[in-house]
Amino acid sequence: MTSTANVRTDPGSRSGAAVAEQARSLVGAAELNNTALRRYLHGLPGVDQVGADARAAMLGTRSIKTTAKAWAIDTAISMIDLTTLEGADTPGKVRSLVAKAKTPDPSDPACPKPAAVCVYPDLVPEALTAIGDAGINVASVATAFPAGRASRQVRLADTRDAVAAGAHEVDMVIDRGAFLAGDYLKVYEDIVAVREACQSVTGDQRPAHLKVILETGELATYDNVRRASWLAMLAGADFIKTSTGKVSPAATLPVTVVMLEAVRDFLAATGAHVGVKPAGGIRTSKDAIKYLVAVNEVAGQDWLTPDLFRFGASSLLNDVLLQRQKLATGAYSGPDYVTID
Amino acid sequence: MTAFDYAPAPESPSVVDIASSYGLFINGEFTDAASGESLKTINPATEENLAEVAVAGEADVERAVRAARTAYERTWGPMPGSERAKYLFRIARLLAERSREFAVLEVLDNGKPIREARDVDIPQAAAHFFYYAGWADKLDYAGRGAAPRPHGVAAQVIPWNFPLLMLSWKIAPALAAGNTVVLKPAETTPLTALLFADLLQQAELPPGVVNIITGAGRTGADLIAHPDVDKVAFTGSTKVGKLIARQVAGTHKHATLELGGKAANIIFDDAPVDQAIEGIVNGIYFNAGQVCCAGSRLLVQESIADEVIDRLKARLSTLRVGDPMDKNTDVGAVNSAAQLKRITDLAEAGDAEGAVRWSAPWDLPTKGYWFPPTIFTQVASAHRIAREEIFGPVLSVLTFRTPDEAVAKANNTPYGLSAGVWTEKGSRILAMADKIRAGVVWANTFNKFDPTSPFGGYKESGYGREGGRHGLLPYLIEGGTQ
Repeated sequence: MTSTANVRTDPGSRSGAAVAEQARSLVGAAELNNTALRRYLHGLPGVDQVGADARAAMLGTRSIKTTAKAWAIDTAISMIDLTTLEGADTPGKVRSLVAKAKTPDPSDPACPKPAAVCVYPDLVPEALTAIGDAGINVASVATAFPAGRASRQVRLADTRDAVAAGAHEVDMVIDRGAFLAGDYLKVYEDIVAVREACQSVTGDQRPAHLKVILETGELATYDNVRRASWLAMLAGADFIKTSTGKVSPAATLPVTVVMLEAVRDFLAATGAHVGVKPAGGIRTSKDAIKYLVAVNEVAGQDWLTPDLFRFGASSLLNDVLLQRQKLATGAYSGPDYVTID
Repeated sequence: MTAFDYAPAPESPSVVDIASSYGLFINGEFTDAASGESLKTINPATEENLAEVAVAGEADVERAVRAARTAYERTWGPMPGSERAKYLFRIARLLAERSREFAVLEVLDNGKPIREARDVDIPQAAAHFFYYAGWADKLDYAGRGAAPRPHGVAAQVIPWNFPLLMLSWKIAPALAAGNTVVLKPAETTPLTALLFADLLQQAELPPGVVNIITGAGRTGADLIAHPDVDKVAFTGSTKVGKLIARQVAGTHKHATLELGGKAANIIFDDAPVDQAIEGIVNGIYFNAGQVCCAGSRLLVQESIADEVIDRLKARLSTLRVGDPMDKNTDVGAVNSAAQLKRITDLAEAGDAEGAVRWSAPWDLPTKGYWFPPTIFTQVASAHRIAREEIFGPVLSVLTFRTPDEAVAKANNTPYGLSAGVWTEKGSRILAMADKIRAGVVWANTFNKFDPTSPFGGYKESGYGREGGRHGLLPYLIEGGTQ
């Protein structure tokens, strides 16, 4: 694959009108409605589940050693959205999480930092204060996360809160009920509206990047994952994300492969790069490396950057750090040699 | 480093001991060949010499067949099936236990990537023994009537593309049914068969039940011609298969032939495209296309042909070609200089006949036998590369317009071993499978094997089946007829 990294267009930089025009052009309809969207999404090639699983399993057999492993570990750390999404989250917990993100490995200042911390909207100010100028983004879930079962007004108010508080990135959930009921237009319009809310910023605040959570564990089939991926990209998502982490199964390698195929094909169709974020259930260094292999071989090396690939995870970081220390010293340390947040 | 460059991840050759020379395995022990002749076997990825292997002459064949006859009459034939099963289970377990050793040796002798030997060849070989072990005491239910009988001595000649796996396909059902065996591995890949002989000693299989004699075509011909052989099983080229069929015609010998193929892999416009691309790659670049059931003819519906070819080329560019011992290698070496010449010659015929050749720019090793994964587009049914078995990593792409045309083109070959159909429409899969004259029709997959599933050909791809209950039948005679 030839690299197109230097001519990458950022989907978030486009106006709402440009996104809508592109969607109409791809779908081939003067007006987007459920009939047109259904025709387009159901016209995408199907996904054979057995074959998709086999492809992911094969990618999982790659043997990543020595220099490649060191590179993959540092890259994986730089792609983590260090996450806490609990009812019990407090300012103290968030400060602790941010401290962990700023200094992942106190014994090694050269250790890369995660891309972002991910919190609920009300804790965004706390996270921003704690981060200061450390160069780590704050991502906030919004839109009545995780179920999304609220009116559009409530979901948008949630988003505006997060953006007004200064979130750099917004992780929204799609209305899975509407998707499964075949109301693709509602899902599309939700995303468009949330995107608008992400871009409604004042002064020198930059628009928030929009990650669209498909909650693939509830969509169940790979055909649905592919259709939901395309629907989100049509609506202007900057990232498509597997899961909230609140539903089992969360991210799986085959689902992520299907989504990587979707962003690869979207690039071919439109010239725009959309990011991918598997979230939930990725806990080990070994798992993370399998995902990076999939990124490399399915979407291509363009995507091997935190701008286009993220891990939504909390416990992953420490396992990766243990592996990193092992590569540096030749010996395994142990859980007491990495910090808890 | 900006790109994700996979560091070398080589499997260690030291997990297996290779002797400098090997004798013949006759009557439970390794013996020198009376012929005094030998041949060298080399690593096709490096052209390094691996070992010297005895060549069995007529006197050696005579000794091997006599040992098999004696074992058949005195030990294996009279042994209850439940006792034979114990040996087969033991062989299966030992194969699984020693799988790494066998996988590495297979790679060194054959040139295939360690990923394939480790994940396919050796586990499938062990699975075959497990499966047929279960049949040994249930032959009454195999479909040959009550109390079916074995033939006696089976002469088995196997090819170099899946050396140990083909050995298991031959030996496991033969032993389960109560036959004894003289097996000749291929000239270029004898080493895993000889390691298997070592495993048989470890399993304490009674002497003479399995005899392994090495050599070239001449040894195989002598073995099949031996008058005291009752059953012949051959996997290899159609050309040699025809010679064998002539040789055994009019004798008491029964024959099973698994010969060449020129399989059609048919992609309809409603196929699951990403998985179809994987299926095409798996169909023709698995084992560098040196597979009798390889999906060497891609029949793609014209309406999506350009898209499929573009995607296929992009996918091929991510294939990792090179050192077969590297755990990340997807495509390894061609097995021999002779095979490389055949592939090269046929590819040149493709150029000459006007097909368009494409391959990604790989850096192939300078030593060894290498051919890059290649696609020929604009191939017509009349071209040699659409008709002759290339047995290499070369895909010929043809197009079709309607299901009937796909069937006609798929069947327009002297072969009939396998085919693939890719469509999301279930009824079309069934209709196509009904009309395609091939022993195996894979639906939305390719090159999938299981010991329980029969495999074999139509037309010039041979006769008889291997695998499953059907694979037992050629090693059994109808109960009460003899």
